[in-house]
Amino acid sequence: MSMPPSAASTTYSNSSYSEGFRPSMHSSNPSFAGAGLRLPSNRKTIYDRNLNRSRNAELSRASFAFLFMEMVTHAQRKIKSVSDFEKKLNEQGYPLGMKLLDLLLYRSSPAGSATSTSTPAVRPLRILPLLTLINNKLYPLLFSRPADSLEQDTQDASKYMIIDNTPLTNTYISVPKEMNQLSVAAFIAGIIEGVCDGAGFQCKVSAHNQGTDVWPNRTVFLVAFDESVMERERELERQGVK
Amino acid sequence: MPVFALLIISKAGSLIYHRTFPTSSSTTGSQPATGTLGLPGTTSLTTNDYLVLAGTFHGVHAITKSLTPRVPAYSASSEDSPSVNGATIKTPAFRYPNPELPVTGIESLESSFFKLTVFQTLTGTKFLLFTDPSMPNTDGLIRGIYDRYADHVCKNPFWHVDNPIRLEGWDRALSQFLFRR
Repeated sequence: MSMPPSAASTTYSNSSYSEGFRPSMHSSNPSFAGAGLRLPSNRKTIYDRNLNRSRNAELSRASFAFLFMEMVTHAQRKIKSVSDFEKKLNEQGYPLGMKLLDLLLYRSSPAGSATSTSTPAVRPLRILPLLTLINNKLYPLLFSRPADSLEQDTQDASKYMIIDNTPLTNTYISVPKEMNQLSVAAFIAGIIEGVCDGAGFQCKVSAHNQGTDVWPNRTVFLVAFDESVMERERELERQGVK
Repeated sequence: MPVFALLIISKAGSLIYHRTFPTSSSTTGSQPATGTLGLPGTTSLTTNDYLVLAGTFHGVHAITKSLTPRVPAYSASSEDSPSVNGATIKTPAFRYPNPELPVTGIESLESSFFKLTVFQTLTGTKFLLFTDPSMPNTDGLIRGIYDRYADHVCKNPFWHVDNPIRLEGWDRALSQFLFRR
Protein backbone atom coordinates (compact mmCIF):
# COMPACT_ATOMS: atom_id res chain seq x y z
CA MET A 1 0.00 0.00 0.00
CA SER A 2 1.19 3.49 -0.69
CA MET A 3 0.87 6.33 1.76
CA PRO A 4 -0.50 9.71 0.78
CA PRO A 5 2.10 12.46 0.41
CA SER A 6 3.87 14.02 3.33
CA ALA A 7 1.03 16.31 4.44
CA ALA A 8 -1.14 13.39 5.44
CA SER A 9 1.61 11.49 7.11
CA THR A 10 2.58 14.41 9.31
CA THR A 11 -1.00 15.05 10.32
CA TYR A 12 -1.63 11.53 11.49
CA SER A 13 1.83 10.64 12.62
CA ASN A 14 0.78 10.08 16.22
CA SER A 15 -2.38 8.15 15.54
CA SER A 16 -2.55 4.42 15.06
CA TYR A 17 -3.50 4.83 11.39
CA SER A 18 0.01 5.84 10.36
CA GLU A 19 1.24 2.31 10.03
CA GLY A 20 3.25 3.09 6.94
CA PHE A 21 6.18 4.93 8.44
CA ARG A 22 6.57 3.59 11.91
CA PRO A 23 9.15 0.90 12.48
CA SER A 24 7.40 -0.19 15.66
CA MET A 25 4.40 -1.27 13.65
CA HIS A 26 6.32 -3.82 11.61
CA SER A 27 5.47 -6.79 13.75
CA SER A 28 1.76 -6.01 13.70
CA ASN A 29 1.69 -5.87 9.92
CA PRO A 30 1.04 -9.43 8.70
CA SER A 31 2.17 -8.81 5.16
CA PHE A 32 5.72 -8.04 6.30
CA ALA A 33 6.02 -10.28 9.32
CA GLY A 34 7.46 -13.63 8.43
CA ALA A 35 7.99 -12.73 4.81
CA GLY A 36 11.67 -13.52 5.20
CA LEU A 37 12.58 -10.09 3.94
CA ARG A 38 14.18 -7.85 6.51
CA LEU A 39 13.23 -4.27 5.99
CA PRO A 40 15.20 -1.29 7.15
CA SER A 41 13.30 1.23 9.25
CA ASN A 42 12.60 3.51 6.29
CA ARG A 43 11.08 0.58 4.37
CA LYS A 44 13.41 1.07 1.44
CA THR A 45 14.71 -2.26 0.25
CA ILE A 46 17.34 -2.74 -2.42
CA TYR A 47 14.46 -3.21 -4.88
CA ASP A 48 13.21 0.32 -4.23
CA ARG A 49 16.50 1.84 -5.21
CA ASN A 50 16.95 3.38 -8.62
CA LEU A 51 18.89 0.97 -10.82
CA ASN A 52 20.73 3.84 -12.37
CA ARG A 53 22.16 5.18 -9.18
CA SER A 54 25.71 3.93 -9.14
CA ARG A 55 27.27 6.80 -7.26
CA ASN A 56 27.80 6.26 -3.51
CA ALA A 57 26.92 2.61 -3.99
CA GLU A 58 30.36 1.48 -2.91
CA LEU A 59 30.64 -1.14 -0.24
CA SER A 60 33.14 -1.71 2.49
CA ARG A 61 36.13 -3.77 1.44
CA ALA A 62 36.22 -5.54 4.79
CA SER A 63 32.60 -6.67 4.57
CA PHE A 64 33.23 -8.03 1.11
CA ALA A 65 36.33 -9.80 2.40
CA PHE A 66 34.34 -11.49 5.15
CA LEU A 67 31.52 -12.45 2.79
CA PHE A 68 33.94 -13.81 0.23
CA MET A 69 35.75 -15.72 2.96
CA GLU A 70 32.52 -17.53 3.77
CA MET A 71 31.92 -18.17 0.07
CA VAL A 72 35.33 -19.80 -0.23
CA THR A 73 34.70 -21.86 2.89
CA HIS A 74 31.38 -22.95 1.41
CA ALA A 75 32.98 -23.90 -1.90
CA GLN A 76 35.59 -25.89 -0.01
CA ARG A 77 33.05 -28.43 1.20
CA LYS A 78 32.98 -31.80 -0.48
CA ILE A 79 35.53 -31.07 -3.11
CA LYS A 80 37.84 -33.69 -4.57
CA SER A 81 40.42 -31.61 -6.35
CA VAL A 82 41.64 -28.08 -6.86
CA SER A 83 39.88 -27.87 -10.23
CA ASP A 84 36.68 -28.91 -8.45
CA PHE A 85 37.25 -26.02 -6.05
CA GLU A 86 37.74 -23.51 -8.85
CA LYS A 87 34.68 -24.83 -10.66
CA LYS A 88 32.55 -24.18 -7.60
CA LEU A 89 33.86 -20.63 -7.23
CA ASN A 90 33.32 -20.11 -10.93
CA GLU A 91 29.70 -21.26 -10.61
CA GLN A 92 29.15 -18.74 -7.85
CA GLY A 93 30.27 -15.88 -10.07
CA TYR A 94 28.53 -17.00 -13.27
CA PRO A 95 24.93 -15.91 -12.46
CA LEU A 96 26.30 -12.61 -11.22
CA GLY A 97 27.94 -11.97 -14.59
CA MET A 98 24.75 -12.82 -16.46
CA LYS A 99 22.85 -10.16 -14.52
CA LEU A 100 25.66 -7.63 -14.57
CA LEU A 101 25.63 -7.60 -18.36
CA ASP A 102 21.99 -6.50 -18.35
CA LEU A 103 22.66 -3.93 -15.66
CA LEU A 104 25.63 -2.52 -17.58
CA LEU A 105 23.64 -2.20 -20.80
CA TYR A 106 20.69 -0.69 -18.94
CA ARG A 107 22.85 1.92 -17.31
CA SER A 108 24.67 2.85 -20.48
CA SER A 109 21.45 3.07 -22.49
CA PRO A 110 19.38 6.26 -22.61
CA ALA A 111 16.30 4.42 -21.31
CA GLY A 112 17.97 4.36 -17.95
CA SER A 113 19.01 7.98 -18.05
CA ALA A 114 15.51 9.08 -19.22
CA THR A 115 16.83 11.05 -22.19
CA SER A 116 15.69 9.27 -25.34
CA THR A 117 17.67 11.27 -27.88
CA SER A 118 20.64 9.03 -28.61
CA THR A 119 20.51 5.43 -29.79
CA PRO A 120 20.20 2.71 -27.15
CA ALA A 121 23.25 0.73 -26.18
CA VAL A 122 23.51 -2.54 -28.02
CA ARG A 123 25.04 -5.81 -26.99
CA PRO A 124 28.50 -6.32 -28.39
CA LEU A 125 28.55 -8.39 -31.56
CA ARG A 126 32.27 -8.81 -32.02
CA ILE A 127 34.88 -10.10 -29.61
CA LEU A 128 36.84 -6.91 -29.22
CA PRO A 129 33.89 -4.69 -28.19
CA LEU A 130 32.90 -7.40 -25.73
CA LEU A 131 36.35 -7.47 -24.16
CA THR A 132 36.59 -3.69 -23.98
CA LEU A 133 33.15 -3.69 -22.35
CA ILE A 134 34.53 -6.03 -19.70
CA ASN A 135 37.72 -4.05 -19.34
CA ASN A 136 36.29 -0.53 -19.30
CA LYS A 137 32.74 -0.96 -18.01
CA LEU A 138 32.42 -4.16 -15.99
CA TYR A 139 35.68 -3.71 -14.09
CA PRO A 140 34.97 -0.11 -13.02
CA LEU A 141 31.48 -1.17 -11.94
CA LEU A 142 32.84 -3.97 -9.76
CA PHE A 143 36.20 -2.65 -8.61
CA SER A 144 36.18 1.10 -9.38
CA ARG A 145 39.07 0.77 -11.84
CA PRO A 146 39.66 -0.76 -15.27
CA ALA A 147 41.57 -4.02 -15.66
CA ASP A 148 45.30 -3.61 -16.02
CA SER A 149 45.82 -5.12 -19.44
CA LEU A 150 44.14 -6.98 -22.28
CA GLU A 151 46.16 -9.29 -24.50
CA GLN A 152 45.65 -11.85 -27.22
CA ASP A 153 47.43 -15.17 -27.32
CA THR A 154 50.07 -15.07 -30.04
CA GLN A 155 49.59 -18.73 -30.94
CA ASP A 156 45.85 -19.20 -30.58
CA ALA A 157 43.62 -16.42 -31.89
CA SER A 158 40.64 -17.68 -29.87
CA LYS A 159 42.39 -17.04 -26.57
CA TYR A 160 42.48 -13.68 -24.88
CA MET A 161 43.97 -12.65 -21.57
CA ILE A 162 42.61 -10.09 -19.16
CA ILE A 163 45.28 -9.20 -16.65
CA ASP A 164 44.60 -7.90 -13.18
CA ASN A 165 47.56 -6.95 -11.00
CA THR A 166 45.62 -6.69 -7.77
CA PRO A 167 42.42 -8.74 -7.88
CA LEU A 168 40.15 -7.83 -5.00
CA THR A 169 39.38 -11.45 -4.17
CA ASN A 170 43.04 -12.31 -3.65
CA THR A 171 43.99 -9.28 -1.56
CA TYR A 172 43.61 -10.91 1.82
CA ILE A 173 43.70 -14.55 0.83
CA SER A 174 46.84 -16.59 0.50
CA VAL A 175 46.36 -20.22 -0.38
CA PRO A 176 48.15 -23.01 1.48
CA LYS A 177 51.06 -24.80 -0.17
CA GLU A 178 49.20 -28.01 -0.90
CA MET A 179 46.76 -26.04 -3.04
CA ASN A 180 49.18 -23.67 -4.73
CA GLN A 181 47.44 -24.19 -8.07
CA LEU A 182 44.28 -22.64 -6.72
CA SER A 183 43.34 -19.09 -7.48
CA VAL A 184 40.30 -17.76 -5.66
CA ALA A 185 39.97 -15.24 -8.49
CA ALA A 186 38.09 -18.09 -10.20
CA PHE A 187 35.08 -16.23 -8.81
CA ILE A 188 35.90 -13.19 -10.98
CA ALA A 189 36.55 -15.57 -13.89
CA GLY A 190 33.01 -16.86 -13.34
CA ILE A 191 31.64 -13.33 -13.53
CA ILE A 192 33.51 -12.71 -16.80
CA GLU A 193 32.26 -16.02 -18.19
CA GLY A 194 28.72 -15.05 -17.25
CA VAL A 195 29.01 -11.75 -19.09
CA CYS A 196 30.45 -13.41 -22.20
CA ASP A 197 27.84 -16.18 -22.22
CA GLY A 198 25.06 -13.68 -21.63
CA ALA A 199 26.22 -11.75 -24.67
CA GLY A 200 26.18 -14.95 -26.73
CA PHE A 201 29.90 -15.68 -26.72
CA GLN A 202 30.34 -19.21 -25.44
CA CYS A 203 33.68 -19.46 -23.73
CA LYS A 204 35.63 -20.86 -20.82
CA VAL A 205 37.32 -18.43 -18.46
CA SER A 206 39.95 -19.56 -15.98
CA ALA A 207 42.08 -17.66 -13.50
CA HIS A 208 45.82 -18.25 -13.21
CA ASN A 209 48.30 -16.95 -10.68
CA GLN A 210 51.22 -15.24 -12.32
CA GLY A 211 52.70 -13.32 -9.45
CA THR A 212 55.67 -11.06 -9.95
CA ASP A 213 57.84 -9.45 -7.30
CA VAL A 214 56.04 -6.15 -7.65
CA TRP A 215 52.58 -7.66 -7.99
CA PRO A 216 52.46 -10.86 -5.94
CA ASN A 217 48.74 -11.32 -6.62
CA ARG A 218 48.89 -10.70 -10.37
CA THR A 219 46.24 -12.85 -12.01
CA VAL A 220 45.65 -13.70 -15.64
CA PHE A 221 42.10 -14.47 -16.75
CA LEU A 222 42.32 -16.71 -19.78
CA VAL A 223 39.25 -16.35 -22.00
CA ALA A 224 39.03 -19.23 -24.47
CA PHE A 225 36.19 -18.73 -26.96
CA ASP A 226 34.37 -21.66 -28.54
CA GLU A 227 35.05 -22.62 -32.14
CA SER A 228 31.46 -21.61 -33.05
CA VAL A 229 32.13 -18.11 -31.78
CA MET A 230 35.31 -17.87 -33.84
CA GLU A 231 33.45 -19.05 -36.92
CA ARG A 232 30.83 -16.35 -36.45
CA GLU A 233 33.58 -13.83 -35.82
CA ARG A 234 35.17 -14.63 -39.19
CA GLU A 235 31.81 -14.36 -40.93
CA LEU A 236 31.09 -10.97 -39.32
CA GLU A 237 34.57 -9.85 -40.27
CA ARG A 238 33.84 -10.64 -43.90
CA GLN A 239 30.53 -8.78 -43.79
CA GLY A 240 32.19 -5.80 -42.16
CA VAL A 241 30.02 -5.78 -39.06
CA LYS A 242 31.52 -3.89 -36.19
CA MET B 1 66.26 -2.42 11.96
CA PRO B 2 65.38 -2.03 15.61
CA VAL B 3 62.54 -4.58 15.59
CA PHE B 4 63.84 -7.92 16.86
CA ALA B 5 60.93 -10.33 16.97
CA LEU B 6 57.18 -10.77 16.91
CA LEU B 7 55.30 -13.47 18.78
CA ILE B 8 51.57 -14.12 18.68
CA ILE B 9 50.00 -16.15 21.47
CA SER B 10 46.48 -17.51 21.13
CA LYS B 11 43.95 -17.09 23.89
CA ALA B 12 44.58 -20.67 24.99
CA GLY B 13 48.23 -19.82 25.58
CA SER B 14 49.87 -21.55 22.65
CA LEU B 15 52.27 -19.90 20.28
CA ILE B 16 50.63 -19.46 16.90
CA TYR B 17 53.23 -17.32 15.21
CA HIS B 18 56.80 -16.33 15.78
CA ARG B 19 59.18 -14.52 13.56
CA THR B 20 62.53 -12.94 14.19
CA PHE B 21 63.84 -10.16 12.07
CA PRO B 22 67.52 -10.19 11.16
CA THR B 23 69.33 -7.22 12.63
CA SER B 24 72.18 -5.68 10.73
CA SER B 25 74.24 -4.97 13.86
CA SER B 26 74.22 -8.50 15.28
CA THR B 27 75.17 -10.24 12.06
CA THR B 28 78.52 -9.38 10.58
CA GLY B 29 77.74 -10.62 7.11
CA SER B 30 79.47 -13.99 7.40
CA GLN B 31 77.03 -15.78 9.67
CA PRO B 32 73.44 -16.32 8.56
CA ALA B 33 70.90 -13.91 9.91
CA THR B 34 69.09 -15.83 12.60
CA GLY B 35 67.57 -13.02 14.59
CA THR B 36 67.34 -12.64 18.33
CA LEU B 37 65.04 -11.34 20.98
CA GLY B 38 67.59 -8.58 21.55
CA LEU B 39 69.10 -10.41 24.50
CA PRO B 40 72.59 -11.82 24.27
CA GLY B 41 72.50 -15.60 23.96
CA THR B 42 69.14 -15.80 22.26
CA THR B 43 70.51 -16.43 18.78
CA SER B 44 70.26 -20.18 19.15
CA LEU B 45 66.66 -20.42 20.32
CA THR B 46 64.81 -23.33 18.79
CA THR B 47 61.12 -23.44 17.96
CA ASN B 48 60.64 -25.49 21.11
CA ASP B 49 62.21 -22.72 23.17
CA TYR B 50 59.80 -20.24 21.70
CA LEU B 51 56.89 -22.51 22.58
CA VAL B 52 58.11 -22.69 26.17
CA LEU B 53 58.65 -18.95 26.24
CA ALA B 54 55.12 -18.31 24.99
CA GLY B 55 53.60 -20.69 27.52
CA THR B 56 55.55 -19.09 30.35
CA PHE B 57 54.59 -15.63 29.28
CA HIS B 58 50.94 -16.60 29.09
CA GLY B 59 51.08 -17.68 32.74
CA VAL B 60 53.01 -14.60 33.82
CA HIS B 61 50.54 -12.42 32.02
CA ALA B 62 47.63 -14.03 33.84
CA ILE B 63 49.40 -13.45 37.17
CA THR B 64 50.17 -9.81 36.43
CA LYS B 65 46.55 -9.34 35.48
CA SER B 66 45.40 -10.27 38.97
CA LEU B 67 48.22 -8.23 40.48
CA THR B 68 46.93 -5.00 39.02
CA PRO B 69 46.96 -2.55 41.94
CA ARG B 70 43.63 -1.43 43.29
CA VAL B 71 42.77 1.61 45.38
CA PRO B 72 40.44 1.62 48.40
CA ALA B 73 36.88 2.42 47.48
CA TYR B 74 35.54 5.79 48.52
CA SER B 75 34.25 5.08 52.06
CA ALA B 76 31.66 7.91 52.25
CA SER B 77 29.65 6.32 49.49
CA SER B 78 28.92 3.23 51.60
CA GLU B 79 26.41 5.10 53.80
CA ASP B 80 24.17 6.21 51.02
CA SER B 81 24.70 3.21 48.79
CA PRO B 82 21.52 2.26 46.94
CA SER B 83 19.33 -0.40 48.48
CA VAL B 84 17.14 -2.83 46.60
CA ASN B 85 14.28 -4.53 48.50
CA GLY B 86 15.70 -3.50 51.80
CA ALA B 87 19.07 -5.16 51.33
CA THR B 88 21.98 -2.86 50.73
CA ILE B 89 24.22 -3.73 47.83
CA LYS B 90 27.70 -4.49 49.03
CA THR B 91 30.20 -2.29 47.33
CA PRO B 92 33.67 -3.76 46.98
CA ALA B 93 36.19 -2.42 49.40
CA PHE B 94 38.71 -1.89 46.64
CA ARG B 95 38.39 -0.93 43.09
CA TYR B 96 40.61 -0.35 40.10
CA PRO B 97 41.99 3.14 39.50
CA ASN B 98 39.90 3.47 36.38
CA PRO B 99 36.94 1.07 36.57
CA GLU B 100 35.95 1.86 33.03
CA LEU B 101 39.04 0.23 31.60
CA PRO B 102 39.32 -3.54 31.46
CA VAL B 103 42.10 -4.98 33.57
CA THR B 104 45.15 -5.87 31.56
CA GLY B 105 48.38 -7.55 32.47
CA ILE B 106 51.89 -6.60 31.41
CA GLU B 107 51.79 -3.89 28.81
CA SER B 108 55.48 -3.34 28.39
CA LEU B 109 58.75 -4.58 29.80
CA GLU B 110 62.01 -2.74 29.38
CA SER B 111 65.59 -3.74 29.86
CA SER B 112 68.84 -2.31 28.62
CA PHE B 113 68.82 -4.85 25.78
CA PHE B 114 65.27 -4.80 24.55
CA LYS B 115 61.80 -3.48 25.06
CA LEU B 116 58.83 -5.81 25.05
CA THR B 117 55.49 -4.34 24.06
CA VAL B 118 52.39 -6.42 24.68
CA PHE B 119 49.05 -5.91 23.05
CA GLN B 120 46.06 -8.01 23.93
CA THR B 121 43.08 -8.06 21.60
CA LEU B 122 39.50 -8.13 22.83
CA THR B 123 39.34 -11.86 22.19
CA GLY B 124 42.48 -12.62 24.19
CA THR B 125 45.09 -13.02 21.49
CA LYS B 126 48.38 -11.50 22.59
CA PHE B 127 50.93 -9.79 20.39
CA LEU B 128 54.47 -9.58 21.74
CA LEU B 129 56.85 -7.24 20.01
CA PHE B 130 60.51 -7.20 20.91
CA THR B 131 62.20 -3.99 19.87
CA ASP B 132 65.26 -1.94 20.58
CA PRO B 133 64.81 0.02 23.86
CA SER B 134 65.26 3.26 21.94
CA MET B 135 62.42 2.48 19.54
CA PRO B 136 59.72 5.16 19.72
CA ASN B 137 55.97 4.63 19.39
CA THR B 138 55.88 0.86 19.72
CA ASP B 139 52.17 1.08 20.56
CA GLY B 140 51.47 2.53 17.14
CA LEU B 141 53.66 -0.13 15.57
CA ILE B 142 51.86 -2.98 17.29
CA ARG B 143 48.50 -1.47 16.30
CA GLY B 144 49.65 -1.46 12.71
CA ILE B 145 50.65 -5.11 13.03
CA TYR B 146 47.23 -5.87 14.48
CA ASP B 147 45.63 -4.14 11.48
CA ARG B 148 47.58 -6.41 9.14
CA TYR B 149 46.67 -9.42 11.24
CA ALA B 150 42.98 -8.52 11.02
CA ASP B 151 43.23 -8.17 7.24
CA HIS B 152 45.50 -10.97 6.17
CA VAL B 153 44.91 -13.58 8.85
CA CYS B 154 41.35 -13.14 10.10
CA LYS B 155 39.93 -12.63 6.60
CA ASN B 156 41.63 -15.70 5.23
CA PRO B 157 39.39 -18.74 4.76
CA PHE B 158 42.37 -21.09 4.92
CA TRP B 159 43.24 -20.15 8.48
CA HIS B 160 41.25 -21.34 11.46
CA VAL B 161 41.08 -19.65 14.83
CA ASP B 162 43.90 -20.55 17.23
CA ASN B 163 45.80 -22.52 14.59
CA PRO B 164 49.40 -21.72 13.71
CA ILE B 165 49.67 -18.97 11.13
CA ARG B 166 51.43 -20.07 7.95
CA LEU B 167 50.27 -17.57 5.41
CA GLU B 168 52.36 -16.05 2.69
CA GLY B 169 50.27 -12.93 2.36
CA TRP B 170 50.53 -12.14 6.05
CA ASP B 171 54.32 -12.59 6.04
CA ARG B 172 54.55 -10.32 3.05
CA ALA B 173 52.28 -7.65 4.49
CA LEU B 174 54.17 -7.77 7.78
CA SER B 175 57.61 -7.27 6.30
CA GLN B 176 56.27 -4.61 3.99
CA PHE B 177 54.83 -2.76 6.97
CA LEU B 178 57.87 -3.11 9.22
CA PHE B 179 60.62 -2.49 6.69
CA ARG B 180 59.13 0.29 4.64
CA ARG B 181 58.77 2.55 7.62
